[in-house]
Amino acid sequence: MAQPISLIAHDLGCQRGGRTLFQGLSFALGAGQALLVSGPNGAGKTTLLRLIAGLLPWQAGRLSLEGADEEGALPESCAYVGHLNGIKAAQSVRENLAFTADFLGGGRVGAGRESVESALAAFGLGSLAHLPAGLLSAGQKRKLALSRLVVAPRPIWLLDEPSVSLDASAVKALDAAIGKHLKEGGLAMVASHTPLKVRFAGTLVLGEGRLG
Amino acid sequence: MRPALALLLRDIKLAWREGGAIGTTLGFYLVVVAITPLGLGPDLNLLSRIAAGVLWVALLLASLLSADRIFHNDYEDGTLDMLAMGPLPLPLVAALKSLAHWITTGVPLALLAPILGLLLNLPINAVPWLVLAMLAGTPSVSFVAAIGASLTLGLRRSGVLLALLVLPLYVPVLIFGVATVSAATTGPASPWPPFLMLCALSLASLVLAPIAAAAALRTAMR
Repeated sequence: MAQPISLIAHDLGCQRGGRTLFQGLSFALGAGQALLVSGPNGAGKTTLLRLIAGLLPWQAGRLSLEGADEEGALPESCAYVGHLNGIKAAQSVRENLAFTADFLGGGRVGAGRESVESALAAFGLGSLAHLPAGLLSAGQKRKLALSRLVVAPRPIWLLDEPSVSLDASAVKALDAAIGKHLKEGGLAMVASHTPLKVRFAGTLVLGEGRLG
Repeated sequence: MRPALALLLRDIKLAWREGGAIGTTLGFYLVVVAITPLGLGPDLNLLSRIAAGVLWVALLLASLLSADRIFHNDYEDGTLDMLAMGPLPLPLVAALKSLAHWITTGVPLALLAPILGLLLNLPINAVPWLVLAMLAGTPSVSFVAAIGASLTLGLRRSGVLLALLVLPLYVPVLIFGVATVSAATTGPASPWPPFLMLCALSLASLVLAPIAAAAALRTAMR
């Protein structure tokens, strides 16, 4: 990380389909901190993460990235892993990752090959690299989606139920990856119903609108 | 530069690999043109007169077959989220995907047209102009199709609605495309003015269509 950044939300409010999902939501997340987003189904966890990723508009409040080089760079500082894995079945595992590296890597020379191999190793996909991604099991596809985080490093990780369909060892790899990311000064917001062994700085409970 | 190239090459590769995209389009073109003379009877003069029009109309229909693929697959599997968060602005993403559609649909169709022209007794001196006009006009076809594809994202049976939305927008391309070929065969006017109009249409859609498509994509992702 070039310099420590922090993500600050002030009085954030969002409506979807005429229903207020949350309002008056404020939090601050500094370098090396992770926030657990929790709340019942439909409380707006996914909406909040997609909103930070710049995929949804919000109706009230302010969301800012402090310490970034330029204004409005928030979506480009985020890596989002949502419910959909974003995997091309017709491409091999390695091709899927290589495209992510080339596309999100932003033209860094030499970003490709090396980071693809280390991402494959991070989630134990090395032996599957040549297989068409369409042949992977649900858990393996999830691992491939998560290894995107490693292949194109971005300071803010937004993870929506990252551990769905992962086995025990893959959850351990996920814990390790998040831990390493935080140690390097990254930020993470995780919405998860299953316990993760990550040292969270706090829990954002949606549906009640308070920071616990 | 590198992200743009990566996206373009990936889309072209996927169109080859996912099967059906290029094959179906070319096959549809072949069949539509091949059955037209069967319906009209073996009047060679008539066929030769309408050849350019039939080739153009069939080309428009054939390229619509694969138009919903421009964004649909990426929308469905979640890749669109990643593309929206990448270093490229969304209109540029839309432009690159339209360009990939042109390379995998417009160019093969334009190159197949002279062969199908034989079935319609297309005058041989019209062939260079036909190919030229199609290569100049099909970028507009792909880029305008991208608007329809992004507007119909997430709808079931989107293909039919897409055709309804987009076909009326193809009228200028059709008129100037056919005018170029008939001017080249029957004269007396020069084929250059309608040809240059085709180029202008393509250049205008190259600039304007991605902006409209990106706006529709933003709405579709909500």
